[in-house]
Amino acid sequence: MQKLWQVCFFLAAMMVLAGCQSSGGSDSAEMEGPKPLYSTYETFDEIAPIFNKQTDTTYVINFWATWCKPCVEELPYFEQLHDKYQGEKVKIILVSLDFPNQIETKLIPFLEERQLGPEIALLLDDDINSWGDQVDPEWGGAIPITLVYDADKRTFHGTQFASFEELESMVQEVL
Amino acid sequence: MKKIIGFSAFVLVAAIGFFAISAAQPQPEAEGLEVGDTAPDFELMNIDGSMVSMAGYQAEEGHEDIKGYIVTFTCNTCPYAVAYEDRLIETHNKMAPKGWPLIAIQPNDPDVQPGDSMEEMKKRAAEKDFPFVYLMDEGQEVYPQYGANRTPHIFLLDTDRKVHYIGALDDSPRDPEGVTVNYVEEAIAAIENGGEPDPNFTKAIGCTIKTKK
Repeated sequence: MQKLWQVCFFLAAMMVLAGCQSSGGSDSAEMEGPKPLYSTYETFDEIAPIFNKQTDTTYVINFWATWCKPCVEELPYFEQLHDKYQGEKVKIILVSLDFPNQIETKLIPFLEERQLGPEIALLLDDDINSWGDQVDPEWGGAIPITLVYDADKRTFHGTQFASFEELESMVQEVL
Repeated sequence: MKKIIGFSAFVLVAAIGFFAISAAQPQPEAEGLEVGDTAPDFELMNIDGSMVSMAGYQAEEGHEDIKGYIVTFTCNTCPYAVAYEDRLIETHNKMAPKGWPLIAIQPNDPDVQPGDSMEEMKKRAAEKDFPFVYLMDEGQEVYPQYGANRTPHIFLLDTDRKVHYIGALDDSPRDPEGVTVNYVEEAIAAIENGGEPDPNFTKAIGCTIKTKK
């Protein structure tokens, strides 16, 4: 029963939001591009599969946020990685930990301006204590961090990258 | 004899393997304090210009009944720290009368993060009317000893400076309305009931501590 209420509330909220948006006169054409700006994950369980793919693809997963200066500084390296490894079995996902009340004001404008190549995921699950170990047991919770893995190997980088070469060598180790 | 040599070789290989594995997988937060350790005292400048240590704090009039300290590494500039400001104020106002004052320490290098200079700390404390001391980790010597690696990062100590809990204030940093567990208050309640906190260690999202590269 509670679930039902939640769904109703969610739908109502969506309608209100949609109403606000059209009344705000925002350009809806921008919202209907071929690639969504980001995907939203309310709970870690929803996003958990991307941390355990048993395929021949190498996953590069970075945790960042628009408010995190060192994270934003290293984003160009991921952009470069994305461009350089296009056509190869490398998948880059940038998981944003932006604040829910800053999505409209910060995250969306940032993504619209940067038009980043890698996929963007917005993770809203705050209870990192329950899921942080699934990313890496070494991770205390500060960002940026980067995880690179494939079916056989898994490496973790707990700080900011100093250069594109440093990021690329981490990926090369797993490839 | 052959057997002994074979066995020794096995032990050697096993030992090398073991060391290789332990070297490759450092324990989480291996540097700094762990629960059960005794934390070092410090002497740091408060926003009012006075020097504050835990020993000195306890010796002050009106502080005779102190049972411990909520040592909190935090700053002006990290959005997670800002998101926690009101909750830190609440926590101090609620717990200090029970003998558990909050001590805030700003660990960032103000040359790297100008928004965390002593002047800016004073401004922010005045704006928010911080009821707790707000100390500058001058020279960044204290946070590495504690093993703080983000803001905010909390270390709960008793008056012998024994560490009872390390981690986050609660389980909902971005949304104060979504808090289901206040780890620090529960930890204090457990200690006061003669037990130990469970959990005594939590992970928490936060900003890295800013140092010169």
